[in-house]
Amino acid sequence: MTVTQQPEALNFECETGNYHTFCPISCVAWLYQKIEDSFFLVIGTKTCGYFLQNAMGVMIFAEPRYAMAELEEGDISAQLNDYEELKRLCLQIKRDRNPSVIVWIGTCTTEIIKTDLEGLAPKLEGEIGIPIVVARANGLDYAFTQGEDTVLAAMANRCPDKAPVAETDKNERNAIQKLLNFGKKKEDVAQEESEYVDHPPLVLFGSLPDPVVTQLTLELKKQGVKVSGWLPAKRFTELPVLEEGYYVSGVNPFLSRTATTLMRRRKCKLIGSPFPIGPDGTRAWIEKICSVFGITPTGLDEREAQIWEGLEEYVKLIRGKSVFFMGDNLLEVSLARFLVRCGMTVQEIGIPYMDKRYQAAELAFLEKTCQEMGSPMPKIVEKPDNYNQLQRIYELKPDLVITGMAHANPLEARGINTKWSVEFTFAQIHGFTNARDVLELVTRPLRRNNNLKDLGWDKLVREEAKI
Amino acid sequence: MKLAYWMYAGPAHIGTLRIASSFKNVHAIMHAPIGDDYFNVMRSMLSRERDFTPVTTSVVDRNVLARGSQEKVVDNITRKDSEEHPDLIVLTPTCTSSILQEDLHNFVERAQLEAKGDVMLADVNHYRYNELQAADRTLDQIVQYYIEKARKRGELPEGKTAKPSVNIIGTTTLGFHNNHDCTELKRLMADLGIEVNTLIPEGASVNDLKKMPKAWFNLVPYRELGLTTARYLEEQFGTPYIDITPMGVVETARCIRKIQQVINAQGAEVDYEDFINEQTLHVSQAAWFSRSIDCQNLTGKKAVVFGDNTHAAAITKILAREMGIHVVWAGTYCKYDADWFREQVSEYCDEVLISEDHGAIGDAIARVEPSAIFGTQMERHVGKRLDIPCGVIAAPIHVQNFPIGYKPFMGYEGTNQITDLIYNSFTLGMEDHLLEIFGGHDTKEVITRGISADSDLNWTKDGQAELNKIPGFVRGKVKRNTEKFARDRGFKEINAEVLYAAKEAVGA
Repeated sequence: MTVTQQPEALNFECETGNYHTFCPISCVAWLYQKIEDSFFLVIGTKTCGYFLQNAMGVMIFAEPRYAMAELEEGDISAQLNDYEELKRLCLQIKRDRNPSVIVWIGTCTTEIIKTDLEGLAPKLEGEIGIPIVVARANGLDYAFTQGEDTVLAAMANRCPDKAPVAETDKNERNAIQKLLNFGKKKEDVAQEESEYVDHPPLVLFGSLPDPVVTQLTLELKKQGVKVSGWLPAKRFTELPVLEEGYYVSGVNPFLSRTATTLMRRRKCKLIGSPFPIGPDGTRAWIEKICSVFGITPTGLDEREAQIWEGLEEYVKLIRGKSVFFMGDNLLEVSLARFLVRCGMTVQEIGIPYMDKRYQAAELAFLEKTCQEMGSPMPKIVEKPDNYNQLQRIYELKPDLVITGMAHANPLEARGINTKWSVEFTFAQIHGFTNARDVLELVTRPLRRNNNLKDLGWDKLVREEAKI
Repeated sequence: MKLAYWMYAGPAHIGTLRIASSFKNVHAIMHAPIGDDYFNVMRSMLSRERDFTPVTTSVVDRNVLARGSQEKVVDNITRKDSEEHPDLIVLTPTCTSSILQEDLHNFVERAQLEAKGDVMLADVNHYRYNELQAADRTLDQIVQYYIEKARKRGELPEGKTAKPSVNIIGTTTLGFHNNHDCTELKRLMADLGIEVNTLIPEGASVNDLKKMPKAWFNLVPYRELGLTTARYLEEQFGTPYIDITPMGVVETARCIRKIQQVINAQGAEVDYEDFINEQTLHVSQAAWFSRSIDCQNLTGKKAVVFGDNTHAAAITKILAREMGIHVVWAGTYCKYDADWFREQVSEYCDEVLISEDHGAIGDAIARVEPSAIFGTQMERHVGKRLDIPCGVIAAPIHVQNFPIGYKPFMGYEGTNQITDLIYNSFTLGMEDHLLEIFGGHDTKEVITRGISADSDLNWTKDGQAELNKIPGFVRGKVKRNTEKFARDRGFKEINAEVLYAAKEAVGA
């Protein structure tokens, strides 16, 4: 141990947890679209319903496959029988929509009044003949994207544990495989199998839009890695087989419970890697998977370089600029790492919850990236305090603040560029192909404000207003 | 339990937060889990606020569940007190705190010992009240608190103002066109020579509330918000209140005449008749519009109205009384105040509909097939699916209902705005008429959509051809009418003959 010039390490802090984020029940918004034969029933109060209705805007008018089971006073005081009430609503859902699965989302209220959803579900499932998956995605325990984590962790227990015997059936089960093999004869399929290296089955987890699923699957195929399935698949009836000893890899940083469930309950092996966000992350992700399977990746150098070349027009807008993450969706570390690679200085990474084990590879990659780019190590603030953060923002004057909508307009009015963090959750940001979209988002406020900068109205509040 | 996709009025705490954040320098602290501060997003996004919304959360998490909030709520109150020095901190319970049944009252008392500002617990029960009722109660609670406080300190002002004056009660943040209405009402009062004593809660300071008894009368423009406060002030100080919403030409005149009567009773000696006359005939264009040819073409057209009590009642009266439009049904989601609504509109519409179920409202629209809908954003979407135009007249609303331009619904300028809204919503009267005469300009095949448009009947080639000649925007309606006719009479096929027979039978 040398005393002189110790390499700086990442600095972790934890604040009061007084921050703004979305309620985790918001995961129904993207999951009901992803899992096409599902129906999400949020068992909560008017507060939950009001949030969903307002947060999802126009989607609400499109006859969504989700609804509130709105608890009334009689439910709270147990004058009504939970089981009978849920049975009545679920039968109505079965009649009107006939889904392949009903996902119950437990909320703060069901936690507090201790509704035994996990106990009621199997009983009701037997009675009405539709699988009922229970996910406790409540604001007492989780933030925003962690909602998906609770749902996927519950789904992981529903994945079949034995591959069907006939090889053809197996192909049938797998949506992507089917897609890739579409219209091909059997011999071609057999021949295609030989394009893959012989490795243990790999299942990826994390809900992504279908185009991104295809992109990442093809990216691995180029290296001879075969993706045996995704959790979640397009339909509940197509959940992937998970046998003991299968390998799994997460595509999003907020899936730690799912990862834990896959390891402990399903006896799968987790490939810990940085997440495929940004060309650097995507490459590191592929390399890690290849290394586990003993494959030497080919052509990744050129592929990454080529992507960076295409990004140059965006990168030059942000190189040397500073960014501050207030923290609300757990994508922060991966995004920060990508932006450091783009030449930005990250002043603070706020994050609701930091699983140092699940994110270990990503954190190490961030550290390495900072060293390589000669960028100072950012401070990682878990459970941040928005009030304190605003004081730090006034002091540091970052070139860009990535934040929730509650703070975006007030900060803009004070001459501080902001990007709305929720967009990163809904935009396509994974893989080589979508790196451009991430930077499109990050640079948008800078490009817009460049257009306005000669007008001379940066600060649009009267006094240096108190917050 | 109830299966719900959509709600018209929000939960109780939203009402409390709307009141708290309307006042200047009042801070609300929600006792709630992470994520319940969605109100901040709405205020920042919908009304494009430049300032931070003065609402924070005292977070309820696992630790709170296990051990109670203990010092947490008190600490959060005193911390906010020292950080921002608000005049008042309103501790806001949510659905979560309603069932935790912690003694929030006790926390408030303890925090008050340390805090320099005032601290109060909003007295609203999540399971009993909705957003609107809670807002009404919270406003009353805050006013009472400061009147009582001033009374104890002997700071209540004596007597009334020298000139006639008014408290305008009920304009809030996130209220439908409230900021524009507020400007318009101030203008109207200035024109009438009436001073605005206080205007609450939007933009007011709680320290001004003790001035309220000085006003000659209180004006409560919105049915949902402010009546409880006005009744309290009447009971305490004998201040009369006026709850006539000045929306539409007739109602605005009625409101002004009532003001005249109320202040003359206190010795003002004013006569507003000339003012009303001048405004009605020459400032507002609405009276003239009613006589114009455009409006003639709207005569007897069918409309439906749905919204909150204030707006749905006012618009129904305007449509029926001032424009001669046939309001088939008018409805409200303010179930708790349904009697008032019925009494207001029953003579102006065929049927009154009280419901919080958007599905039932959608079905009722599909059933009557009006030429235009006046409703909330939800009805606008129903209208889109049925190809029926819709003017948005009440919350729930989207960002587009917070226009930057001046668009009051109240007062004389309000009548102009409403006239535009109504006229533009009907498929422009004359154009419609001409298109019908000339057989329409749209002859391409259109697949008719609609909630109840699925058909088990066969259209013959010539029937279909005739149907295609009907202008696009009424085709769906004609199709449904014809099918209904055919079904009623047991026709299996619809040809041109049946189509015209149906047309004759319906008389349309």
